[in-house]
Amino acid sequence: MEGVQVGHLAKLAEYPFVVISWVDDAGYPLSVAATFEVDPAGGTVSLTAPAGEVVAVPTDREVNLLGSHIRPTPGQGYDERRYLQLWGRAAAPVAGRISFSPTHAWGWDEAEIPFFEYAERSVPQSRRYLAQLSEEQGRTVRPRLSLGWLLLRTTRLPFLSATLVPVLLGIAVAARHGDFQWWLALATIIGASFAHLGINVSNDIFDTLSGADEMNVNPTQFSGGSRVLIYDLLTLRQLVALDLGLFGGAAAIGLYLVWATASQTLLLIGVVGIALGIAYTAPPLKLVYRGVGEIAVAIGFGPIMLLGAYVVQTGSLSWEAALASVPVAILVALILYVNEIPDRVGDAAAGKRTLPVQLPQDVVTGAYLVFALAAFVAIGGGVIGGLLPVPTLIALAAIPLAFRVHRGIRQNYASPYALMASMGTNVNLHLYVGGLLVAGYVIAIIVAALT
Amino acid sequence: MGWLPEPVERLLDTALVGELTVVRSDGRPITHPLIPLYDGEQILMHSSTLFSRKLEHIKRDPHVSVSLTDPIALKGLPGRATIQGTARVIEDDPHAQWERLILDLWRKKEPVIDAFLKMRVALPLFFERAVIEITPERCLWWADGDTGHVPEVTVAPREKAA
Repeated sequence: MEGVQVGHLAKLAEYPFVVISWVDDAGYPLSVAATFEVDPAGGTVSLTAPAGEVVAVPTDREVNLLGSHIRPTPGQGYDERRYLQLWGRAAAPVAGRISFSPTHAWGWDEAEIPFFEYAERSVPQSRRYLAQLSEEQGRTVRPRLSLGWLLLRTTRLPFLSATLVPVLLGIAVAARHGDFQWWLALATIIGASFAHLGINVSNDIFDTLSGADEMNVNPTQFSGGSRVLIYDLLTLRQLVALDLGLFGGAAAIGLYLVWATASQTLLLIGVVGIALGIAYTAPPLKLVYRGVGEIAVAIGFGPIMLLGAYVVQTGSLSWEAALASVPVAILVALILYVNEIPDRVGDAAAGKRTLPVQLPQDVVTGAYLVFALAAFVAIGGGVIGGLLPVPTLIALAAIPLAFRVHRGIRQNYASPYALMASMGTNVNLHLYVGGLLVAGYVIAIIVAALT
Repeated sequence: MGWLPEPVERLLDTALVGELTVVRSDGRPITHPLIPLYDGEQILMHSSTLFSRKLEHIKRDPHVSVSLTDPIALKGLPGRATIQGTARVIEDDPHAQWERLILDLWRKKEPVIDAFLKMRVALPLFFERAVIEITPERCLWWADGDTGHVPEVTVAPREKAA
């Protein structure tokens, strides 16, 4: 509750009627609708007195006034939800009207605080309530999700495309060079996926422990972490166990691949990749806190993944594979970059120096377009320079998506939830460019086989 | 069977939003817009654990009132009503119990709820819920919705009252 201001009364005036409530002599609340007029200058509300002794508004105790609005939207629920409550004293009716003098106010308007933010700000209340309930029932009562949804949420499984794109592209480049063993390719995909999910979970652990995720009250499906610890869906111990399992799986498969290929280079790439992923949020390096998170992600999910997959097949490095990783690296870093835009307030509060935290809005949006187009320049330059096969130019078909994302972030920079569509398109940009590059390589392989 | 006047039962069956008023720890009333459900005897409302202060208030003081006042939420149905009663919070299993108790009634009034339930993973705490079971004890009904007229008052038969 807060003190009543002129703004509260002006807002109340927008409602067609109010509900006036009080606690009757028997101790029951009693609520009655009433028409009303607001006197902003006098700081009072004039109500039509409800008729009848049974609904006589008392003058010896505080009453509550509620203005409430929803717009039912068939098939979708509601929108335009808002309500405003005022507390104060009512005077005895004069000529059928009651003067109400509010002293306290409280309310919510989803046009000012979106529902998802309102819900996020209420998480501490949920935790407090469930803790109290656990105490009352003598057993732990916690929120739950089915195992499948819980794993999807905890590991942020949909972001696996960030791994699949460079790994498949690395395998495709190797295949064009005449090296392809399907079981090694499969093991690479599984091992890299384990590593990626392990990194996701460890980042989540450190972001929660540092308070960065908790300070972010605008999480979206693309940003703000999994929040499984904040929501108490898992304990820290469970999350650490899952993380160790994922890293264990990644390490086992990685060591198998090192043994199978006898490649020291692969061992080095694997160690650097996992170290980079953990150091992204983990102390002492905490790369994302030092303003180099985007670069770390570009390296980890660009050349590290792609060259790793390439080395598994060929046993050696190549300039072509390195160049093919450039557009993928830029676009994956841009996924992070755009997803950091809605997180920037919470990140700044937690001391994370991401680029959207450090740079003004116009620089952030402008730099997005520059780097997105640089990814396509790298592809075109690679083809002109003879390093990338000509069919990979089909990836340029995704250029319009970059402009769409740029337009979206420029228009919705300050609105986390309106930005979600652009964040989704940006994820697709990386996926489509990567997919088209792989397709370009497959075409090149087929053409070479036929000629 | 319930004892509420038939037109009030119709309002309960139709209303997309009603107002639940509870008593705070400082003795002041506080009113929450919520969807009312009706099983023919009890009024059933529900609350996410996210917005569970009202549940704490009810557990401390179970006296409540439910008013049906908004012509838009009542889809143009004439009349207004206020029902006073005693509430009980059903919260043994906030994850699943409410689904067993009220999902069919909720779905009947708001079919879109199934689509939201499929997205439970996106907002898990929103669907951790307690049910507020209200036993009506006294009903005030304004047939034409004008509270400038004296309401018709009906009281629960003695054996039905909580």
